[in-house]
Parts: sequence; structure tokens; C-alpha cells
Amino acid sequence: MTVENATAESGKSKWRFLLPLAAFLALAVLLGVGLGLNPREVPSPLVGKPAPHFELPQLHRADARFSQTDMRGKVWMLNVWASWCASCRDEHPVLVQLAKSGVMPIIGLNYKDKREDGIAWLARFGDPYALSAFDEKGKVGIDYGVYGVPETYVIDKAGVIRYKRIGIVTPQIVSQTILPLVSELNREK
Amino acid sequence: MALLLLVVALPAHAGEAASTAADVALEKRVMAISEELRCLVCQNQTIADSHAPLAIDLRNEVREKLAAGMGERDILDFMVARYGDFVLYRPPVKITTLLLWFGPPLLLLAGLWLFARTVLRRRASAPAPLSAVEQARARALLDSENGDRP
Repeated sequence: MTVENATAESGKSKWRFLLPLAAFLALAVLLGVGLGLNPREVPSPLVGKPAPHFELPQLHRADARFSQTDMRGKVWMLNVWASWCASCRDEHPVLVQLAKSGVMPIIGLNYKDKREDGIAWLARFGDPYALSAFDEKGKVGIDYGVYGVPETYVIDKAGVIRYKRIGIVTPQIVSQTILPLVSELNREK
Repeated sequence: MALLLLVVALPAHAGEAASTAADVALEKRVMAISEELRCLVCQNQTIADSHAPLAIDLRNEVREKLAAGMGERDILDFMVARYGDFVLYRPPVKITTLLLWFGPPLLLLAGLWLFARTVLRRRASAPAPLSAVEQARARALLDSENGDRP
């Protein structure tokens, strides 16, 4: 290899040494984004679909029943909770606040709980729910794709799930996502 | 022999007591389907491996559905309708999963191509053999080095 040849080649690939650095940066960005993702936030296939049918006894009145069809024509929230669920306690004040504002009825789904525990829990921390359905075996939970309590659904007048949240509902989520959505849904026929 | 029996009996006992010896064949099918389903509570386990309450519930669900005569495909569809594709340990091939399925082989091919190119290039630009004078000089240098080595 002659001298001229060598300089020509190194001139052509003058920036070649930066390639590994560029590759490293690309990988770092990719992994960085990956770290920021929450693997628990699994996109739910239920959003946009009719809320699965169920009929359950109520928590406070074992003889009375509740079905999601009872809420036809209303925009409402379904909140899955349990007395054994620690995050539900963190979420609870937000729901109490939301219930006080009267934006929409909140129905509780008391998930895999003991009836007396659920009732005692609500007596202690306040009851934001218009009523709670009692899903002792967690069967309805399976139909709603519940895998981490609390989970929250916003259901429109036609009974279609329009929003699902896995994990606690924060004041930010209420003000930035849920309230705008609900006022939009209320305008729908 | 007793040990073998114990090993065979273990998986059936691991989950739930109600339905042990009842139907070994059914239990085998329950486990086969459970191996395909991700436990969403402990995301790197199948519901066959997991002892999370939800995994136990879902195994029971699979058992009930099998006993009711549903096929494996129907049961997997039932789970996907509720929990999404994520519940499948082998995600379906679609546009959004193309990279997932074909990314690693593509990377391997790219690596092989890069390797082959580098090797060929290096061979093509191998330095010319030494001239007689250079060889003599190299030998002289090597010989003089030899004496210094410990």
C-alpha cells in the first residue's frame, strides 16, 4: 500500500472512529427510554369495548344485587379495591374527593375480600362509592382483566370502557385525564 | 421408586388441593396451557410457575374451561381478550412485533456480514511479502534479540 493511498483512505473515513461512540449513544438512549417505561402498564384490550357483563351481590346489602347494566345512560367510574390492598389506602382520599365533587357516580368492586373487612375498611376511611359490588372469588376481576388492585375504569353512557388505569389514581390523573374525559363523555348522546 | 412417585405427585400438589388425583390428564392439559400464559403479577413467570393468588385463580379458570369442553385456542383467546397479547409468552407475529421476532436474527446477519467484510478487506490489503534485503534485516534483528532474552 502506497503512502498516498493510505492518506486517501483515512481522509474518506475521517469520522469513522466516531461510529462506536454513535452506536453507544443510540444504545444508551434506547435503554434509557426502556428504563422509563413501566412494565406494569400493560395496554388493556378492554378500552373501547363494552364493559363485560356481571351481576354481583352488593357489599353492604348481601340481598341486593348490582349489574353494570344498572348504569346505562350514565358516565360512571368503576374502581376495584380491597381492604388488603395497601395502595388502595393511598388512593382513597383522591376518590373521596372526587365523589364529593359529584362529577360522576363511583361504583366500587370489592375484589377478593372478606365482607366484614371491606365494610370495616370503608367505615374507617370513608366511603366514596355509590355502592360496592362484592366480588368475593375475583371472577368479575378476571373478566375485567384485573391483575393489580387498585384498578379504575371510566365507562360511558353506552356502557363502553373508555379509560382504564392500573395502579392508583393520582390528583394529576384526575385533573388532567379523567375530568376532561368525563366532560367529553357527558356531551355524547 | 418412592422418590419418583413423589416427584410425579409434586406439581399436582403445588397449586390447589381440591382437584389433585381427580384427573391427571386434565391436569396435564391445564399445565400445558398455563405454560403459555404470563402471570401479570410476577411478569417473568408463567401462571404454571407462579404461586401468586391471581395465577392460581387463572389456573382454576383454565381448568374449569377445559372441563367445560373449551379448546386450548379458545382459552388463550379468552385470556388475550382480557389481558391483551402481553399475557401470551409467545406473542403473535404482527406489525408491532416484527422487530421483536426478527430483530435478533437480523442483528446476527448484520454482524456476520460486518465480520466477513472486515476479514475479506484485511486479506485484500495484506502487506506485500518482504524483499530479500528486508528479510535479512529482520533475521539479523531477531537474532540479536535472542541473546538478550532471559
